[in-house]
Amino acid sequence: MNAFAAILGKDLRAELRTLQSLPAMTLFAVTTFVIFRFGLDRTSLSGSLASGVLWTTLLFAAVLGINRLFVAEREEGGFDAIRLAPIDRTALFAAKAAALVVYLLVLEAIAVVAFAFFFLDSAAALPPLLAVMLLADLGLAFAGTLISSMAVNSRARDLLVPLVLLPLVVPLMIAATGASEPLLAAGGPGYERFGTWLAVLALYDLIFGLLGYAVFDFLLED
Amino acid sequence: MTKAIEVNGLRREYGERAALDWVGFELGAGQSLVVLGPNGAGKTTLLRILATLLRPSGGEVRVLGCTLPSEAWKLRGRIGYLGHEPLLYRDLTGRENLRFHARLHGIRGERAEARIGELLAAAGMELRADERVAELSAGMRQRLAICRCVLHEPELLLLDEPDSNLDAGGRELARALIGPGAGRTRVVVTHDPERALPDADLVLRLGVDGRAELEPGRAVAA
Repeated sequence: MNAFAAILGKDLRAELRTLQSLPAMTLFAVTTFVIFRFGLDRTSLSGSLASGVLWTTLLFAAVLGINRLFVAEREEGGFDAIRLAPIDRTALFAAKAAALVVYLLVLEAIAVVAFAFFFLDSAAALPPLLAVMLLADLGLAFAGTLISSMAVNSRARDLLVPLVLLPLVVPLMIAATGASEPLLAAGGPGYERFGTWLAVLALYDLIFGLLGYAVFDFLLED
Repeated sequence: MTKAIEVNGLRREYGERAALDWVGFELGAGQSLVVLGPNGAGKTTLLRILATLLRPSGGEVRVLGCTLPSEAWKLRGRIGYLGHEPLLYRDLTGRENLRFHARLHGIRGERAEARIGELLAAAGMELRADERVAELSAGMRQRLAICRCVLHEPELLLLDEPDSNLDAGGRELARALIGPGAGRTRVVVTHDPERALPDADLVLRLGVDGRAELEPGRAVAA
């Protein structure tokens, strides 16, 4: 727990100081909404289209942060420091995933407001959408941390993360858009199969959380 | 004398090329081994294997009573490693970096602050400790890296060019922290035999063919 807190605190402090990931993620999301706004030439979106636009944008914005997640460890020797310390190495996995969840929550706090401003007639869908986002963020963080740790040693890191991650998060995106679609329906939020989709998201989180816990130690070996 | 390191028939290959080929030596507790050799002779490879950061391709390696690589986990926290990279995060200050490493090694609270203060004073870094590492000169970073290396009072020091980037004053300060004496067991990789040999109990000369020759240290200096 001590190592987890130390690594998470270090990452958040460095991000606050340098703002290397969050501004890029947020700017990407807001700019994409503007492009959708004029590309679709619609002032209002609902149902599956609204859900698709929201989650596609959030996913690609998240990839920007996932790409950079382990860069400091790779370039400044953090991997060696962790491997030399008397700690459970999965603390690094947990701390990086937690840092990514924090980034995603901050991103969504801004991006969802922008989305509502551009496309929604009412903000009634936003409170229940929070539960979907929390579960989807966890899954994205677990899968993203795992893939980022594998890709960081490659010179083609920027290419590898989207190529490997995007197919892996297809089930997560299906569940997140499925849960969000009735919430964003025209005429106010509905809850059709909402619980089922949340259960699928939770299952995805569990699978990738356990997978990361099981294999991360091996990924740090030379 | 208790054996701190026992190496027999050590090999490490990178593809077809053997960086280390049948290297063998024993080092007693409290002794210093100086490793010499031209560029590409495998000096850093040897040090990284002893630090558990690299797996040997073959041979037997025992460090502080632990067989590598199977018992590498038992060595975590017992080795002080000073490599080419300082293992310091550029966007944190020197003091923040040392606090981070102290937490990784389970040193917390007042004990950590006292130890960090003591080391910063010993390295002549008190006045620059609250500046970001990115803003420090290479020599200052090396002083901080030395503090980081001995922060947890390791039983074995593995030092790769410990004097690099240090001025004469810095070298003297570093000697107090990582020099011979006080029962320290040390393996020192260097390109500066004139400075290192007087402190050596043993000298290991590595050749570009991966072969090694072992000689008594002080006799060589004489």
